[in-house]
Parts: sequence; C-alpha cells; structure tokens
Amino acid sequence: MTPVLEVADLRVEFRTDEGRVPAVRGVSFQLSRGEVLGIVGESGSGKSVTSLAMMGLLTGSSQVAGSVRLGDTELLGASDKELSRVRGQSIAMIFQDPMTSLNPVYPIGYQIVEAIRAHHDITRDAARSQAQRLLGVVSIPNPSERMNNYPHELSGGMRQRVVIAIAMANGPEVIIADEPTTALDVTVQAQILEALHTARVQTGAAMLLITHDLGVIAGQADRVLVMYAGRVVEAGTVEEIFYAPQMPYTLGLLGSQPRLDLRRQRLHPISGAPPSALHLPPGCPFAPRCPLAAPVCEADEPPLVATGTGGHLSACHFSDQLVGVAPGDLFRPISQDTPL
Amino acid sequence: MIPHPNGIPRPHGTQQPVLEVRNLVKHFPARGRGLARRRAGEVHAVCDVSFDLYPRETLGLVGESGCGKTTTARVLLNLQPATAGHVHYQGTELTQLSRKAMQRLRRELQIVFQDPYAALDPRLPVNEIIAEPLRIHGLYDSSGRADVRELLGLVGLRPEHGNRYPHEFSGGQRQRIGIARALALRPKVLVLDEPVSALDVSIQAGVLNLLADLQAQLGLSYLFVSHDLSVVRHIADRIAVMYLGRIVEIATSDELFSAPAHPYTQALISAIPLPDPRKERARERIILTGDVGNPADPPSGCRFRTRCPLFAEHLSDPQRHRCTTEIPALIDHTQTHRSACHHTELSRSPALSGLSVVTGDDLPRSARSTRGPEGR
Amino acid sequence: MPDRELAVTQRSQAQLVARRFRRHRLAVVSLAVLLALVLLAFVGGWLWKYSVVDLTSDESVPPSWDHPFGTDAAGHDTFAQVLRGTQISIGIAVLGALVATVVGTVWGATAGYYGGRLDTVMMRIADLVLTLPFLAVAAVLGHNVGGSWWLIAAVIAGLYWAYVARVARGVVLSLREKEFVEAARAIGAGDARIIFRHLVPNAFGSIIVNATVLVAIAILLETALSYLGFGVRPPDTSLGLLVSDAQTAVDTRPWLFFFPGLFIILIALTINFIGDGLRDALDPQQTRVRR
Repeated sequence: MTPVLEVADLRVEFRTDEGRVPAVRGVSFQLSRGEVLGIVGESGSGKSVTSLAMMGLLTGSSQVAGSVRLGDTELLGASDKELSRVRGQSIAMIFQDPMTSLNPVYPIGYQIVEAIRAHHDITRDAARSQAQRLLGVVSIPNPSERMNNYPHELSGGMRQRVVIAIAMANGPEVIIADEPTTALDVTVQAQILEALHTARVQTGAAMLLITHDLGVIAGQADRVLVMYAGRVVEAGTVEEIFYAPQMPYTLGLLGSQPRLDLRRQRLHPISGAPPSALHLPPGCPFAPRCPLAAPVCEADEPPLVATGTGGHLSACHFSDQLVGVAPGDLFRPISQDTPL
Repeated sequence: MIPHPNGIPRPHGTQQPVLEVRNLVKHFPARGRGLARRRAGEVHAVCDVSFDLYPRETLGLVGESGCGKTTTARVLLNLQPATAGHVHYQGTELTQLSRKAMQRLRRELQIVFQDPYAALDPRLPVNEIIAEPLRIHGLYDSSGRADVRELLGLVGLRPEHGNRYPHEFSGGQRQRIGIARALALRPKVLVLDEPVSALDVSIQAGVLNLLADLQAQLGLSYLFVSHDLSVVRHIADRIAVMYLGRIVEIATSDELFSAPAHPYTQALISAIPLPDPRKERARERIILTGDVGNPADPPSGCRFRTRCPLFAEHLSDPQRHRCTTEIPALIDHTQTHRSACHHTELSRSPALSGLSVVTGDDLPRSARSTRGPEGR
Repeated sequence: MPDRELAVTQRSQAQLVARRFRRHRLAVVSLAVLLALVLLAFVGGWLWKYSVVDLTSDESVPPSWDHPFGTDAAGHDTFAQVLRGTQISIGIAVLGALVATVVGTVWGATAGYYGGRLDTVMMRIADLVLTLPFLAVAAVLGHNVGGSWWLIAAVIAGLYWAYVARVARGVVLSLREKEFVEAARAIGAGDARIIFRHLVPNAFGSIIVNATVLVAIAILLETALSYLGFGVRPPDTSLGLLVSDAQTAVDTRPWLFFFPGLFIILIALTINFIGDGLRDALDPQQTRVRR
C-alpha cells in the first residue's frame, strides 16, 4: 500500500542563546491511507515540533532538514504558495487551542465558507449549505443559527468542533491533530474524539494523532510511535506497544499510569527526568533513567531496528530481554526523585 | 460534632472527623463586560457542599472545570471567605475566625498548589522557601537548617538541592518542594489542589507514591482535588463528585467505580479513556451532549438535567417536571454511598442500555482479573 | 541559612544577569562611558589644577592644553566648571531618582496589593501629582526653596514618585494573582511580609529599569530648571546652569556651550541605553531555560 505521507530523517534544530538545541533528531515514518498513527511522548519529546516542522510552521531560529513527502510533493523547502495550497486542502491541522485556527473577528460560518471557497470554485450559497452540513456532522446543534456566532460566543469544545468542520471542508488526505483534546474536560474530550472519528470516516483521511494521553492513543490509534528526547524510540501496532513493549521507556510509561480499571496498586515511576535537549547524554538518552542500562548504553545510541516481529521497531540494546516483562518487574515502586 | 441535616455517612465507624464541612456556599460577584463593569449577578461557584474528612483518609474531590472543587478547597482553608456555611476543624469554626487566629491554625491545615511553576517564589532559594513557614511561626531556631534538610529528604530531594533556585528544577521536583513547604509546619490536614495535573505521567507517578508514603508515615488526612478520575481512583479512599457547584455523589472509591449511581458520574467514568486498547475499544461510551451550564445562571432544579441522558431519553413528563423544579438531595444507597438524583432507581437499573454498560460488569470484573498493563 | 552557600548561588544568578547584560553591546559601551564620566567628574575634578571658583588671567580663550575646554569671559576654567557641573547634576539625578523609586515602589506596591478603596484613594493621589505641570511646579518650588542641590533632588523626587508608583502598582497587580502569593498566605505570612519579601523583589526588574529612566529624566529636568534660573545658583554650578550662562555665547565662544551640552547628552543617552540593557538582562522570560 502506498503511503500518503512519508517522513524521512526529519531533523529540527533551534538556535538559542545557550547553543544549538536539537529538538527532533531523525524521525522517519509512513502514514498509509485511512490509518491513524499515534505519536505519544511527554513534554519536550519533540512530538509537536515534528508536526509543526512537517507543515513548515516553524519560524525564526529553527533549521529543518530531511524529507516530508505528500504523495509526489516534497513539502520541506516548498514555496509558501505551494504550502498554503497543501495546508487546508490536502493536509488539515487541528491544534490544542482552537483559537490558533479561528479568526476572532469573523463568524464561524463565514470562516468555513472561506475555507471551502479557497480551494473550490463554487458559489457562496453552495458553500454555505455545505458549511451547515459540516457543522451538523460534528454534532453542533442548530447549525444554521450557529453559523452566525463568533468564536468567542462558543465554548472550547464547540470551537474545537468548528475547527474539525473546517478541517473536513476540503476532504483532506491527512489530518494532523496535535493534542486536540488536551485543554478540554473529559466529557467534552469524548465528544471531540467522536467528532474526529466521524471526520476521518467521512473524508477517508489518514490521521496523525499527537498526544501525551496513553488512553486516547489506546482507543484511537492503529499504529503508535513513542518519542523520547527527539527520537522515535519504539514503533509498532497499538497492541504491540501496549501489550508487548520492547523499549524500557514505553514499559515505564505504562507502569506510571494510574488506571481507572484497576484496583489501587503501587505505581512504578521512571526515576529522574527527561534530559534537556541542550545537554543530551552521549549514548542512549534514556540510559540515565533506565534500570537495564549497561556501559554500552552510555557509549552508543541504539538505532531504531526491527525486533523480530513484523513492523515492530525498538531503539534499545536489550529489547530482547523485555519479552513478557511487566513494568513492576523492571521499575521499582519508588517515591524518591532520583535513586539514592 | 455538629449534626448534619441528612446525617453524613460514617465510613470510619465511630471515629471523629478532623474536618467537617456543612452547607458551604461561595458566590462571586459576576461583572459585566465593558467600561462600567457593572455587577451582573452572582456566580454560584459552590452551593450547599457538605462532607467530612476523617483522620488518615484521602477524600477525592473530582469534577470538571468550573464545578467548584478548587473554590471549595480555598474556602475551607479560609483563603477566600465563605458566603455561608460552616467549616469545623477539631471544634473550631474556621469561617468565623479572625485573621490572626486563622494564621495560627494554618500550622495544622496546609495546601499544595497545582502549578509548581507558579507556586514557588522565583527569587528565593529552595532552603528559604521551605524555611519560610518555620520563620513565620517562629519555629526556625538553631536546628532550623537541619529541619529544612530533613524536609528535603522527606520529599525525596537531596540536601544540596536546597541552595538552588526553583527555575533550576524540573516540574516534579518543584512539586516536591511545594510539598516540603506544606509539611514544614507538621500539619494534620493537607489540601492537594490538582497536585499532579501539570506533570508528565512518568514524573506524576513518583509524586503520587510520595504522597501515599507521607500519609502512611505522618498520619495525614488528604483532601485531594482533581479532574483526573484515574489519579483519584488510585489515591482516594472516598470520592465526592461535583457538578456545577454541588456534590452529586459521594462514596467509597470502590463503590463509586463499581456502581456509580448518578448519571453524571456514570458519564464521567465512561468518558475516561483506558490505556488498554482491547478494553478501550470494547467499551461503550456515554457521550453527553452540550457543555457544562453557566454557574452564573445555573439550571433550575437538578443542575445536570440539561446534559442528562436519563432526562433526555428515559423520563416521562411528570418525572422531568420534578427534575426541573426540585433540587435533588443526597440520598443514601448504602452507609457510605449517597447520590443526588431523583430517579436513581432508573439510573442504576441495568436494564437501561447505554447507562449500564460501564457501570454494570466491565470495570469491577477487569479490576479483579487483570494484574498489570500487559493484561494478557 | 549557610551564608557561604547562599552567596555562591546568588552569585550564580547575578552571573546569569551579567552574562545577558554583556550581550547587549550598546549597554556595555554606555556603562563604560558613564563610568568614565563619573570617574572624571569626581576624581578628575579633585585633581585638576583649577577649581570651579578659580579665576585665571586667561579670559575667553578657546580650548588649549592649559584649558582643554577653554575659559569664559570672567576667566573661569570651563573644564573645571563642567566637571563640577557633572558632579552636581549626577548627584541631583541619582538622589532624586532613588527617593522617587523607593517612595513610589512602597506606595504603588501597597495600593496594588490591597486593592479596593485604598487602591483607589492612593492612586487618585498619585494621579493628582501626575497632572501637575511639572516644570512650572518645579520652577516655583525651586525658586522658593532655592539653590541647594539636594533640595532640587527632593523637588524632582516629589514630582516623579507618582510615576514610579503607577509602574510598581501595575507589576504588583499582576504578581499578586500568582500562586506563590497565595502560597505565602496559606503558610500564614502577613501582608508586610508578602509585599516586601515576595512582591517587591519580583517587581525589582521593572523597577530598576524605571529608575534608570528616571535618572535620565532628572538630569534633563535639572538642566531645564537651571536653564530657567530656578536650579543651582552661582558660584556653584551645574550642567544646566552652564548651558544657560552660555546661551549668548553660542556664536562667539561655542566651547562654552558645546562641552556642557555634550556632557548632558552623553549622560542621558548612556543611562537610557543601560536601562535598555538591564531590562533585557532582568527579563524573567529570558531566564527560562528551555526544557
């Protein structure tokens, strides 16, 4: 199956007063038609920078290298004109804060109509009725009245639905959703995830879903990339990642998560904190926090390689030792900040 | 002990509560937009909230943004004055206390804030931040430095951390500093206001373990305020669910998750994604319609009725009439389980599809049968 | 608190500020120039062979080796006059700015912290002071209390504290909503402690930057007052007075006008640039290390 989107060796560096900060260090993946690829990682892992870099939305002091191909089009280094044609038409973006995408001075109906007419040669009336239909699809009650509302008259959840309606407007091939529900309450999150699902099914778009929430990933993604310190450290199907992780970091994440479906039990945190991108350790960036770390881990950064089964990739020197291991077998139920 | 009009469930037998909250009300003046900023009514942030906190227990206070959980916490610590109601701490009525008297009592009632970045004065070194409560209460003496060092150790930090400034620490470490400051005065009650919401999962777990250890070690009572039901399930003995300023359900943690009685609690539990693909995809979800109502103009009667699936689909008109006109009181299901719904017999009935899915068997069974995230 | 250890960490924070300040080249150059001027005025004035009251036999001579800035019609050495004028002008400016800053900070922080009616009353008083026509009031006061340099400093402080108060109040208003203030209240801190230990130190960046601007303004205000004849009186002198005295000599003996004018511009300009540099160096937004 041909991928709709192909990212190869994407690298992003920021220049700061303190020096060069490598935020993304060689990320590669393919997104197939209709698939949902989840990118999960904690703050500073580079997951959001990856999506912004792909769309040419990083500004100022950043340097982007590598390749991002949408079908036959190379997006990195493409002209602004070409990029704006792609954005909104072939690729739609949904951010954590819907106000990034909405213009506060226009009614939402007008904004959807403009989004449609920017890429399609249809009459205003036709666009209007289509906009109304889209608002209905994302479950906004009374779409015809809501069309005249300004963004500030809507709640956060309603605004995010409007953004999803705009994203759907041109039948994109790819929807990039960057923490689309992080700012919302859980009951509203459930509504938005539902709307996203509808949007995806109706347009047939593939989706890149970026989030820190393992639960959202578990429910939505087909395949998952786990990012740490600017790299993909594990990639696989959602079942592989959740039921047979081959990278200690993934295992640690799962062991740190309090569970609604399990009776109270001791959590198994990962000691320490992620490294600053400014001072990455020489070998594996996870080594300082890893219970499996050996001298080789501090010397060589392990490449992302197949672990034997199908498309399951892991960047760990000892991934073969993780077969059948539970978080509690590896991580201690500590409460200190760092192992003393 | 003061009597409660409906009688509060006593999960701890005859034990006396450390903190008794009765009919607490907090209104904020709502101001209109524009230059005049005229007073435009009142925001009913907390309405008639009552609960007890027992020694050595953790009471979770959960709800979504704007439900009044944080305001409840601040009002009961007298950081904001109550509009009405009572807060009893070991025989003292806190809402009537003078500032001076309250300042003395602050030794016993402490708070940890949500945002570890904002809650520490950026201009003070950590040693000073932790020493400040001791200095204020005249407890910083010749052993002061040793006390601070001990507190650092207590929260899992090293003594040399004390000479650094807050900006040199990660979020988890800052939250530990905030906890050390709160513990400096050896309080009995600790209010934890979303203490781990700003932290990444791998860091949050360490802080949760720490809180559990500290409680066992120091015999603390926690009021744990959070929007995250997974975290609350993990740490709380009992849980109170708030919606638009009112407690709609209060129960032991196990009861709440195995048999939630209020339609809002049911929807809330069902909305939380499980980090387990097979279970998560097998669940059916109650998707609530609409958004939380406006606390400046809350719905009459039951405040949840505007989003309630029971109200929308399963009630007859006379039943609905009751929801719109009559405020539901908290009624007992068991000694320790109460909820505020006029039609609990319906909401708890497994016959109603959509509502029974999450509440029925799924959760408790999985809780019994699985051991870890691998869940094979 | 172990003093030695505290000193170490505090230096490290000061070092951060210093490092960012050094990156602001214009500010660094300005600081060097200003220091040179201050040194010249206070040490040089003391060493220089002529004093401000000395009358030499050279009358109205242009700049030479003996009189680098020339002399005036009475035979005063202009170099000595300018050095003395610089001493007085800087003294007035620094004292005026310091007093205005301290009074204004306490006033504004108090109003901002308590808010409500007290805030309204205190800030209306400050507004009232701000609406006074500065130059006219300063002229009247300067005329009546007359002459001595510290009185002029007091007049300047009396007019400008309200300006500082507005700034301090604004900063405190935003700071008092921060959780660390509520945290201080939760551990039982009183109002004075919250204001002086938490709010004022955190407002320090904005306040110190304003103080530098005030110094520059005070230099210019003193100049204006003296020029109008309400400032420092002869035989003592200030930069403003020198410019004023030389106004008739602009065409005939330009050195009398040029040198004090140059000093005024140099001082005002360098202090403004230093203020810019300090603002950037103290900006907490720049302190934040990316994580």
